[in-house]
Amino acid sequence: MAKLQEGAVRLINEICDRYKNEKTPLMMILSDIQNEYGYIPLEVQEVVSKRTGISVAEIYGVVTFYSFFSLEPKGKYVIGCCLGTACYVKGAQIVIDRFSELLGIGPGQTTADGLFTLDALRCIGACGIAPAVSINGKVYPKVDVEEVEGIIDFYRKEATA
Amino acid sequence: MSLINIKIEGIPYQIEDGQTILQAAKKCGYEIPSLCSFNNGECSQGSCRVCLVEVKGARGLVASCVYPVNDGMEISISSAEAVAARRRSVELLLSDHNQFCQACDKNGKCELLHVANVTDARSGIFPGSHNRVHLDEVAPGLVRDTSKCILCGRCIERCKNAHGLGILGFEGRGFNTFVAPAGDRSFSDSPCIQCGQCVNVCPTGALMEHSEIDKVDHALRYGKKIVIAQAAPAVRAALGEEFGYKIGTPVTGRMIAAMRRLGFARVYDVNFGADLTIMEEGTELLGRLKNGGVLPMITSCSPGWINFAEYNYGDLLPHLSSCKSPHQMQGAILKSYWAKQNDVAPEDIFVVSVMPCTAKKFERQREQLKVNGICDVDAVITTRELARMIKRAGIIFDRLPEEEWDRDIMGTYTGAADIFGVTGGVMEAALRTVYFKLTGKEAEPVEFKDVRGHDAGIREASLDINDTTVNVAVASGMKAARILLDEIREGRSKYQFIEIMGCPGGCINGGGQPYVREFFLPNEDDDILETYKEKRAAALYSEDERNTIRQSHNNPQIRELYEKFLGEPNSHKCHELLHTTYAPREGYNELKDE
Repeated sequence: MAKLQEGAVRLINEICDRYKNEKTPLMMILSDIQNEYGYIPLEVQEVVSKRTGISVAEIYGVVTFYSFFSLEPKGKYVIGCCLGTACYVKGAQIVIDRFSELLGIGPGQTTADGLFTLDALRCIGACGIAPAVSINGKVYPKVDVEEVEGIIDFYRKEATA
Repeated sequence: MSLINIKIEGIPYQIEDGQTILQAAKKCGYEIPSLCSFNNGECSQGSCRVCLVEVKGARGLVASCVYPVNDGMEISISSAEAVAARRRSVELLLSDHNQFCQACDKNGKCELLHVANVTDARSGIFPGSHNRVHLDEVAPGLVRDTSKCILCGRCIERCKNAHGLGILGFEGRGFNTFVAPAGDRSFSDSPCIQCGQCVNVCPTGALMEHSEIDKVDHALRYGKKIVIAQAAPAVRAALGEEFGYKIGTPVTGRMIAAMRRLGFARVYDVNFGADLTIMEEGTELLGRLKNGGVLPMITSCSPGWINFAEYNYGDLLPHLSSCKSPHQMQGAILKSYWAKQNDVAPEDIFVVSVMPCTAKKFERQREQLKVNGICDVDAVITTRELARMIKRAGIIFDRLPEEEWDRDIMGTYTGAADIFGVTGGVMEAALRTVYFKLTGKEAEPVEFKDVRGHDAGIREASLDINDTTVNVAVASGMKAARILLDEIREGRSKYQFIEIMGCPGGCINGGGQPYVREFFLPNEDDDILETYKEKRAAALYSEDERNTIRQSHNNPQIRELYEKFLGEPNSHKCHELLHTTYAPREGYNELKDE
């Protein structure tokens, strides 16, 4: 397994220790690591396993169960298209297809320049403004398929600015 | 424990509190079918929904394997709704199950087929999509085929309970869930020790040993090699179970007769190799004690344990005895001394080991064990695989005569070797010889009962032999082993000699032994799941007691082997043929692109 840098191992251990006294600390540890690094590869899971005594297979199971966690590095901008029931009924599939077409990637993938990741999400609890798209925490309500190109351009410009 | 009153089908029963409905019903004489519940509750995820029953007042049907009984409870197993629900649960499991049952190696021992039978389930009721198949045939010891997996989680629990390892886990979510080592890797690319405990508990054919019957067939049919078979002690204590004998019936004579009829040119007892191991290991220990070598010394017979050590305790490898395991030693002698005596080239000998073990399949391929580039052993089959070969050959096991091992050159063995198959056995065998070497007389009594047992966990003993105090410990299952190993790592181990076996209980409970399932064993006692290890162990201890020679150093053929060929124990020649090395290994190694 590729060796992690010493600093990374130290930080992961420190994150694990934050929840030492919790009965079931795994979700909290993984959330912190996801927020810190943007993804949780197997090497990192091994460090967590060593520190907490939770088996790698169990950690891997949790990481692959929740779509919030990722095994691969994510792009600078993570585009989350909600495909929950309400959004789907309001045309979310056409919206995500348009993102997919313009970015040249499928859901779950990241563009080669590392700028965008496209995620299909289950319900994000914003049914009142369906179809909803969330980009790095900012939520776009009632997204029309015609708006998609503009949204992408906005972030492309922001990235070069 | 207080008593409570319940009713099943309206009939009152008084039972102990603190049980699940499934357990209580069993005591009252009802067998509720179940899959994810196993070994009297060792694993109950409540996930398979095969054990649904009706409880008066409860919301919906309840999973009896996890639902506790309470006072006044009224249960119905035979209610029309419960019967239909159990049947539907099994039909749903079947809908995503590869139903090539005839060709499955689990044919005849499949629990899914058993519950389908007792729930009256029909196949093909829910046609629809199938989950993607994940197949791992890379590892030498084990095969994983998710097309037969029912997601019961028993394998996951067993790996955790026996070893504290947890190699397997659920991956993905919903319909796409499957069981695998992290990252859907092969067992070979994970720190799996290939002990096969997961295979022993799998209800279907999703986890199996990696069969080498084809390889043996090929050698017997087309090869020009002399095919020699050798069987480990634990095999004779369990093989009979495959042919309807009660657990704990030794079937040595018939097993030998069967192996001859399968076409093996010679049939040897690995016990000879076990005696040889004791001579080498005992001498090594005495040398370490005398010369201030690395202590405690740890036994090296169990390949599952060796795998575990290389993955997890690379810093402690100098503590391991350098001795090869008995069947490897014997293979090396077959391809050197035996070859010379019989005027055969080593490469013209094909050695088949019959083992209670799946990790031995991995072990025999280890580079460090080869002598001049040649493997000591060419194929390893499990006890179960031997039974399959015997059945396939149309042999009626019961009617076989009781035959003797081949005893030219090797094959004579002692009681000390017999007990290698049970946790504590190698320790006891070694102590018998070490005692003699230190005092010049045989230990009286010959047994060292403190180290005996038949279950996981740690046992210890302290012996004063000629003013030398020897503290010893025995552990089986990696969970127990870890405790002793951490003591060594932290510099507070008080032992000089430690025996470690991979499987809980030792080889009698190895990953290649016959499956123990209550409903396939109608003539066994109700508590067979708790007692089968003890019974198999008793078979080996009784062989030891019957043997006229009970110490390895008194084996006349072993003496002859040293006089005529090897020289002294731990001689240069011994090191060349009978000893090996270890190296730390990376658990989740970097995967190479295909």
